[in-house]
Amino acid sequence: MAFLHDMRFRAYLYQIVAIGFVALVGWTLFSTASANLAKQNIATGFDFLTRPAGFVITEAAIAFEPTDTVGRAILVGIANTVKVSLLAAIFGTVLGLAVGIARMSHNPLLARLALVYVELLRNVPLLLYLFLWYSLIILTLPPVKQALNLLPGVYLSNSGLVVPAALVESGGLALLACLVGGAVAALVIRNVATKKRVTTGQSNHGGLIALAALVGPALLLWLAGGVAIDWDFPTAGKFRLTGGLHVRPEFVALLFGLALSVSANVAEIVRAGIQAVNKGQWEAAAALGLPRGKTMRLVVLPQALRIIIPPLTNTYLTVFKNSSLAIAIGYPDLVTVSNIVMNQTGQAMETIAIFMGVYLALSIAISLLMNWYNAHVALKER
Amino acid sequence: MKQALLSICAAALGLAIAGQASAAGTLETVKARGKLICGVSLTVPGFAAPDDKGRMQGFDVDICRSIAAAVFGDGEKVDFVPTNINTRFQALQSGEIDVLSRQTTHTFSRDASLGLDFGPTVFYDGQGLMVPKSLGVTSAKELTEAAICTLPGTTTAQNISDFFAAINGKFELVVFESPDENRAAFYSGRCEAITSDRSDLASIRSVANNPDDYIVLPETISKEPLAPAFRQNDSNWGDIVSWSVWLLMAAEEKGITQANVDEKLKSEDPDVQRMLGVTEELGKMLGLDNKWGYNIIKSVGNYGEVFDRNVGEGTKLGLTRGPNALWNKGGLIFSPPIR
Repeated sequence: MAFLHDMRFRAYLYQIVAIGFVALVGWTLFSTASANLAKQNIATGFDFLTRPAGFVITEAAIAFEPTDTVGRAILVGIANTVKVSLLAAIFGTVLGLAVGIARMSHNPLLARLALVYVELLRNVPLLLYLFLWYSLIILTLPPVKQALNLLPGVYLSNSGLVVPAALVESGGLALLACLVGGAVAALVIRNVATKKRVTTGQSNHGGLIALAALVGPALLLWLAGGVAIDWDFPTAGKFRLTGGLHVRPEFVALLFGLALSVSANVAEIVRAGIQAVNKGQWEAAAALGLPRGKTMRLVVLPQALRIIIPPLTNTYLTVFKNSSLAIAIGYPDLVTVSNIVMNQTGQAMETIAIFMGVYLALSIAISLLMNWYNAHVALKER
Repeated sequence: MKQALLSICAAALGLAIAGQASAAGTLETVKARGKLICGVSLTVPGFAAPDDKGRMQGFDVDICRSIAAAVFGDGEKVDFVPTNINTRFQALQSGEIDVLSRQTTHTFSRDASLGLDFGPTVFYDGQGLMVPKSLGVTSAKELTEAAICTLPGTTTAQNISDFFAAINGKFELVVFESPDENRAAFYSGRCEAITSDRSDLASIRSVANNPDDYIVLPETISKEPLAPAFRQNDSNWGDIVSWSVWLLMAAEEKGITQANVDEKLKSEDPDVQRMLGVTEELGKMLGLDNKWGYNIIKSVGNYGEVFDRNVGEGTKLGLTRGPNALWNKGGLIFSPPIR
């Protein structure tokens, strides 16, 4: 029995026993649950996904009709979840960066304001903020009959914001080609210009030329009449505005709540990242004659970025999972749609298994993406 | 939501480790425990809600009390477990509750696929729509293009979608998880209309600042027979639940009330004698005390009294009997003969 005293063997043995135990418990729970369900004649399985859904989802990121399947309804929920979390992450990051830098400002008023902003947002549960924003929207804005007409075709009411929608009648493909081509050209021009500046040390107008390349072709096409755009203006229907593009209060309240919560977390991460950059870097930049703004932008932030990425991943994971609070204010995210499905089919365990699986898969995808980016920007030791 | 997840996890665990709940008969389990556990709604005034003294009151609550009275001779020997719309069936399946009395619609797929059975319909309901009077709408068909608020509950979302699909109209559906947010969105004008079972609409209207500003539209867009539910494959327990309900109905037909039940013990009517356990031994056939019928009426009264006390015209809900009148008064409430 000498091998029992081998440290490596023992380490493996403990791990195998631990995994075996977890697997056994999981298997026992699963098999008894399914046996009991079968014994009580409770339907199991995922057949319900192919049945017609039969309910309306008003706010759908991908097209949906009540005659589509339950599976597609859940897909709409996933798309809505991704849409709101992605936008919240983008807005929250931009806002959070600004607030984080403001926290470090030498202006005491600005720094304190940023501190109050961060503490207020971080220390009250997000759910309460969602109720607050939603109630503010539906209780302070007028009902749709007395909608505020901000600009021609733009209406604001407690049923949301309605703006004219642009429908591309013809030339859509040409427009798309111009935009994509312009973007590629802009990237190439910028790279060439940067390389030239680095080698010659002379500044040039690469940025402006790139911008022209980005919008120029599309603009020319439009001026030449290559695309016909039909503006769909909202008109007053019997009860509410028909036509146009609707931004609903449930979506706005959720986006607002999530973005603000992200921004407060990002602000703290950015502040910590900036403070972690060696003071010598500031002094060296000052010695070279760089003004404070440029020091921040060109010297400190790029170095802070490396410290910021890992905690930022956590924030993005959190916003994605927090988007499930949508259920409280009526935005049809994955959980809301799943709940309707659960009520119709009664198959709660399967439905919950689906949405847990989706959250898990998407969270892992976000982690992998952020880890890849982290490795990309990390200091490479050569 | 977290609460819902927790209860579903608990239910799943319950299913996994406590399969024996269904092995012993529910009646024995309930008797051994010394009280009935009844699943009701959280707060639906008129159906299940605590009064200002903290005592549970309501139509669904009285159904629970009548079953407790049949089993124990005392309508107070019952614990009320608040169930939400998502977890109510799991709570019943896992044995957490003995009977579910929670405005639950009896439907084919629930009966056939959820491992449960339904007792007699205690309340004939249907889905309706409520609008502010100021909207000037008199029919649900005029509501195309309107925004309609609802709960994700049961089949409401599907029924309203079907209704507008049939008249080829579009509408905007806003679904809330919480009844409070649902009501708030409707009262603030976010939605032109709110849809739910008509009894529930009456309950929502009863808490408006000015209930007279709102009307329930005439259309009933679905059939919603509300019935108590119990676990499948336990016919003795099913019989007890069903006959407790039928006894309430039969008592109204025979004019037995909470007030006169003691006098009725001396009644010459053989039907009344059988119901109150004066003659024959009907209670014993169910495994209950022979005075089960007397005990039920002594605790909650007859069906009509239960209706009038909780949801009838004298209450804030102000519902008329309508289809819930006795069969011989133009309604659908009908009890098989108790003999």
